[in-house]
Order: sequence, then C-alpha cells, then structure tokens
Amino acid sequence: MKRYSWEKYQKTIPDDHFYYARSCIRQNFFPGSEAVFLKIMGDDLGVDIFDDAKHTSCTGIGYHSDIVPLETIMTVVARQFSLMSEAGYKNMVSSCITSFGLYTEILSMWHHFPELEEKTRANLKAATGRTFEKPECVVHSSDLMFHFRDRIAEKAKVRLVDPESGRPLKVVEHIGCHYAKIFPTAGIGGSEFPYVLAGMVESWGGEVVDYPERRHCCGFGFRNYLVQANRGAPVANSRQKFESMAPYKLDFIVANCPGCTMFLDKWQYTISEIEGVTYGADGHGIPVLSYEEMAGLVLGYDPWDLGMQMHQVGVEPLLNKLEIEYDHSRKYLGNNGKYISHPTECGL
Amino acid sequence: MAAKRVIVIGGGVAGMQAAITLKNNGISPMLIERDITLGGKLTRWDRLFPCGTPASEVIGKQIESLSELGIRTVLCGEVSEITPGDGHVEVALTDGSSYEAEAVIITTGFDLFNATVKEEYGYKIYPNVITSADLEDMFKEGEVRCADGSAPRSVAILHCVGSRDSQIGHGHCSRVCCITGVKQAIELKQAYPDCEVYNFYMDMRMFGSGYEELYKEAQQKYRINFVRGRISECSGTLDSRVRIKAEDTLAGRPLKMTVDMLVLMIGKQAPATNAKFASELGIRLSEDGFLKGVDSFDGATVTSRKGIFVAGTATGPKNIGESMAEAVTAAMKAVEYVNSLS
Amino acid sequence: MMKKFGFTINAKRAIDLDINDRSIARQVAARVPSWSLCIGCGGCSATCTAGALTDYNFRKLHLLARRGETSALRKQLNNCMLCGKCTLQCPRGVNTRGVIAALMELLPGE
Repeated sequence: MKRYSWEKYQKTIPDDHFYYARSCIRQNFFPGSEAVFLKIMGDDLGVDIFDDAKHTSCTGIGYHSDIVPLETIMTVVARQFSLMSEAGYKNMVSSCITSFGLYTEILSMWHHFPELEEKTRANLKAATGRTFEKPECVVHSSDLMFHFRDRIAEKAKVRLVDPESGRPLKVVEHIGCHYAKIFPTAGIGGSEFPYVLAGMVESWGGEVVDYPERRHCCGFGFRNYLVQANRGAPVANSRQKFESMAPYKLDFIVANCPGCTMFLDKWQYTISEIEGVTYGADGHGIPVLSYEEMAGLVLGYDPWDLGMQMHQVGVEPLLNKLEIEYDHSRKYLGNNGKYISHPTECGL
Repeated sequence: MAAKRVIVIGGGVAGMQAAITLKNNGISPMLIERDITLGGKLTRWDRLFPCGTPASEVIGKQIESLSELGIRTVLCGEVSEITPGDGHVEVALTDGSSYEAEAVIITTGFDLFNATVKEEYGYKIYPNVITSADLEDMFKEGEVRCADGSAPRSVAILHCVGSRDSQIGHGHCSRVCCITGVKQAIELKQAYPDCEVYNFYMDMRMFGSGYEELYKEAQQKYRINFVRGRISECSGTLDSRVRIKAEDTLAGRPLKMTVDMLVLMIGKQAPATNAKFASELGIRLSEDGFLKGVDSFDGATVTSRKGIFVAGTATGPKNIGESMAEAVTAAMKAVEYVNSLS
Repeated sequence: MMKKFGFTINAKRAIDLDINDRSIARQVAARVPSWSLCIGCGGCSATCTAGALTDYNFRKLHLLARRGETSALRKQLNNCMLCGKCTLQCPRGVNTRGVIAALMELLPGE
C-alpha cells in the first residue's frame, strides 16, 4: 500500500521505563493480549514496564456514555498519573485507544485551560490526598510494539507469509478512531494513512490492503451501542467495512482498539446469523487479531496462551495457513490446565 | 533628460502588461522573470474560460508587444533583495547582479496549492486522482487518459481544494476554480461525449461576465451533474478507480460513487516570496499572505513603502482580465509617482 | 430459525450512484431539457401550496428522482395540485410542471 504521510507524522517514543495502564474490557474479549504484551516487552525485549494493580478504569466508557462527568474523569486520570509518579515513572503506555485519546485530550485541555488542571489538582487532593506529575510522554501500546517491530522481526519464528507459496498474507489494519482522529500528530502516520499497525505487518512479512472503507469507524461509539435495541447502526458500520474489504480476499484483520477488535470479530457472527453472509475468502469469517496476538504468533507463542480460543471467528484456518502447530485438545484449557468450558449453540 | 526607470518583478500576464503600459507611457521598464520563459502559471494552461481562448494566444500577444517595444527582459532572474532608497530602489538578484530604478512593481503571482496536503484525497497515492493543472497538461497533450491509458468514462471534479478551508489555514476563495471546474467539465464532455461528469461544489461562484451562462450551458447542453457537497475522502478500488464519499446536501443524504478519475480544483495561495518582500519592505500582508495596498480602492496597488507597487495575483486571487487591469492601474500609479520625482 | 438479537441491522442511507438506476432521470431530462438547470434554490417548494400543508417537498423529490432514488416518490407526487405557481417562481426557468407531469408518468406506481 502506497502512502506518503508517514514522514510527516513521526512521534517520539522512549526506549524504556513505562507505566502500563490496562484497558477495562480487553481482558474479557481478548484475555491473552495484555499478558502477552507484558511478556514480549519484558521477556523478549527487556523493556521495563510496570503493571500496577492499583490503577483503575479510566472511566472512559462512562464518560462517553454521559454517565461520568468531565470533572470526574479528569480526577480519575489525575489519580493514574499520581500512581505513575509514585511508582517512579514518567512515560505512560495505555492499552486502550480510548484511554490513550482521553489522556492526550485531557493533557491538551489542561494546556489550553490551566484552570481545569488546577481544579483537578484540588479535586484529587480533596478526594485522595494525592498530588501528581504529568507524564512526559503518553503512548499507546501499539506505538510501543511498532517502535520495537524490527527487533521483533529479528526474533521472529513465524513470518506473515504463506510458507507454501511465499505469498505475503493480505492484512487489513483497523485503527481505533481515538488513536489519531482527535490529534493526527499523536498517531504514527497521522489519521488518513496511519502506519502504526501497517508498519508491524510490513516488518513481519505481510502486505497491508487498502480498501475503500479503510478509514471508516467500526461503529462502536459508546452510548451508541450500549443499549441493545440501538445496535442496528453500530453493526451496520462494521458491515459497511466488511463488504468493502471482502473482495480483497484477506487472510486476517488486525486492530489496535479494544472496541474495534471486539466489534469486527463478534459482528461477523451476528451478520452471518441475521443476513446469512460471511466475508472470508474461504466462505467463513475473517479472523480478527489484536496486534499483541499478531506479535505473539510471530514470536512463536502458543495460540491458546494468547487467548485466541476466545475469538468468535475461528483462527484455526489462519494458524493452518501459517503452519503454526497447536494442540487442539488444549484449546479450552486455561493457564493451569483447567477446562474453561467451550462455546455452545446459543439461542437454542 | 533620461527616461525614468521602473523594474517589474515577475513576468506573468500582470508583469508583462505592467511593463507594456509603462513603456507606452514614456517610462523605461525592465522585466525580471524567475523562470526560463515568460507567461507565468498561464504557460501550463491550455484554453481559458469563458470563451475557450488558447492561453498561448494571450501570452503570445504580450510577448510580441514586449519585443516590438524593445522592453528589456531578464530571464532566470531570481530576486534576492529589494532595497528602497531616497527616490530610487535597488533590486539585487541571486546571481550577484543588481539593477536600479525609481520604482518597482511586484507582480510575482501565486503558488498553486499542493494537493498532497489534503491527505484525505490521496493525491500522488491513488493514480487516478489528479489536479486541475494536471488535467490542463493532458488537454495540452491532446488527450485525457486514466493511469492505465484508457479514456475516462466517469470523472468527478471537486471544487475548493486548498480554498475556503480552515483545516489548512486558507480562508480565502481562489475565485477562478468554480469557473475552471465548469470549463474543464465542458472540455471533458466535448472530448468524450459519453463520459459522465460530476462537479462537487460548496457554492458556485459565477462572478465574471459570461460565467453564469457557461454554467447553464454545462447543465443543460452538456448534462454535467452538479452535486452540492464536499467530497470528504476518497480511496482506490481493486480496479484502480476512485471511490468517493460526499453528502448530497440538497438531498440531505450521504452520497457515494466510483469514478474513473477525480480532478481536484486546486486553489491559489500566496507565493512564498510575499512574506519575504513584505518583511523586507515593511508592507502589509492579508491574513492569507497576499500583498496589500494602502487601501482596497484607489490605493489597492500602492503600498505603504514609497516607490513599491503591487499588482496581479500577488495581491489576491484574480482572473486574467482582472490581473491585467490591475497591472495597468499599478503601472499608471508608478508613472504618476516617478514623474513626481524631481 | 434466525437467532434473536434484539435488534436488526440498519439499512444503508447513502445514495449509491454505482448501483442506482437513473434511467427515469435520463428520460425526464430528455423530455424537459430545462430540468437540468435547477440549482436547488427551493423557490418551488417555498411557494408550493401542497408543501405548506403536507411534507411534500418538490425540490427534494425531483432531486431524488435525478439520483435514481425513486421508490415512494410516485405517491408523494399525488400531493401536487398542478397549480403552476412553482413554474412561475423558478429563477432558472425550469418547466417544473412539465417535470411533475413526466415524473407522474414515468415513476413506478404503488
């Protein structure tokens, strides 16, 4: 895929010492992703990342659903910053795109309206007795994976190519809206031709597919889909993307946002049930991976340790294509070998 | 007494017209052009609105007059500095030469907007996204071709690219793109009658004489489709065509379509030299970087710096007739000024 | 049996000119050449008697016909009283009454 904006949107990413802010929903939908991110950074790359049990949800879901007021979320975010300072860190790495967008936007608001920062400091002090330092750098965890993509490529056990034909796998990358649409300069490659996931895919042997609805939102929103009866519009947005990408005969989709990854994976099932349509070249769904799962496969992690048994669209055809060995009997066994149950026909 | 001297900087239509006017009024002009040829941006244009006059004819006549009048012309002359003194001005070029005169007229024109700045349109990424200037190149070559060499069967023309857009800090209207869009749409239909042409516009600003008539001709005779709505993004398709997204604002519905070619009507922006001249000479710039006269009326071509006059698109977007008329005004203001010097 | 999700998937709202059939628009344009001159000023709808009392909007209706969005337009046209005021008003000289007559004939019925 051709692009030129990449040069224009560089971003300074430190090499070491990060405070990790987890996502509040990812561990349910893609339960291995955050764990493997920490493993890759720590064990494979030797990067110091602090995973703090004390931090909370950034309350972004509540904020974007009109439940949590701006003043409250600013105070919660200030507490995360306080925990970061307390732990001796200056760089924040966020696992969630919306948290990343909120941290960036809140810092920008404080810059433009210093009285908001003062108010937040007073609120945090009153509520918790804490003070905080603002981070020197806020990055998304996909930025960090991008930063180390060439080192990962050096250690790769699997390349994103079809071993039989040598053909690069065709990959659709989907970037969460809050990554670069609010602040294009905060994202690698900007908002129109983002490079953060594309850089990983290309570095690991795959080929990024540009398709007409590439920049379209997956439809997640927050308030927009939380009420079940309102989900017709969100799912229609994902459908718009699937219809547009299907003719390119993809091998998989990779995304960097909790909501998008979940939507693009789960809605394929919903659409197949409601409309009887699937979008994969093999007549099934298109596998949807988080970038940590993609990196994990490249580095030779076991797919079931990556949590890929939790996907709605089965990943086995992709694993087979990549000639990745896996033990089918272990699919529904958890970390400790305990049976974690398996999907059954629902609605029957 | 030797004839008074005036240096004209910029050999486009305005500069040439100013030099001709000066000479015809007893002044000794000198024309300095940065490029290897005279004619400025017009050298790239094929035919002109509203009557289809060849651009080469307009430039050709002026070049002929310059030569008949024996006007001294310096080509490939890049001005490095303008130094005004008491009753005279010195113009130094980057090659080390310098010239003196009693007055200077700045007619340095405009820069074409760089369409890659509007990343959402994918200019230079999607091969069938081109600019209005690229289309003129094709008209000059005699055929319009898609990247694969085929004649286009459907073309979308997007107005206001680089104009009236706060995203890129260009608040101004470039004025001539609307009518250029209509002109180019008609030229496409004349060359390829079966080609469907769609003009996407925010407003149709048909200010000039004969423009509204041409617009109506485009609608009725050529059946060109006008859609009020700005294309928000475009992308390539599997067969290298261009998929566009807009709103049909009059229908209040999103609109999508795939075309063989998208033409971006790129606007005019102040040339980089304007800021340099303005700071060196202490003359004012408009918000969008165009040179400003002392007022918008009788003093539009007269700057706050004695002996420095301005005309043409260096002072703001204009059509050719307007540029020439302003050049004549600036020349006559310069004549008045130099003749008033003892 | 289809699973119940508690919602259905929204229909597409975009006018898709790649798939819309615009043959009726071509026929109207051939029959009433002045139709092409519309600039969407809305003078026709502003003066329209039917538009004042119903949600009939001739400006929008004939634009949708031009884009090939013809479903449900025929029934709306029945609101028109053929009074002719829109034609008197049009600054571009569009024979709006002629357009209405052509659309009544060409648009598919209920």
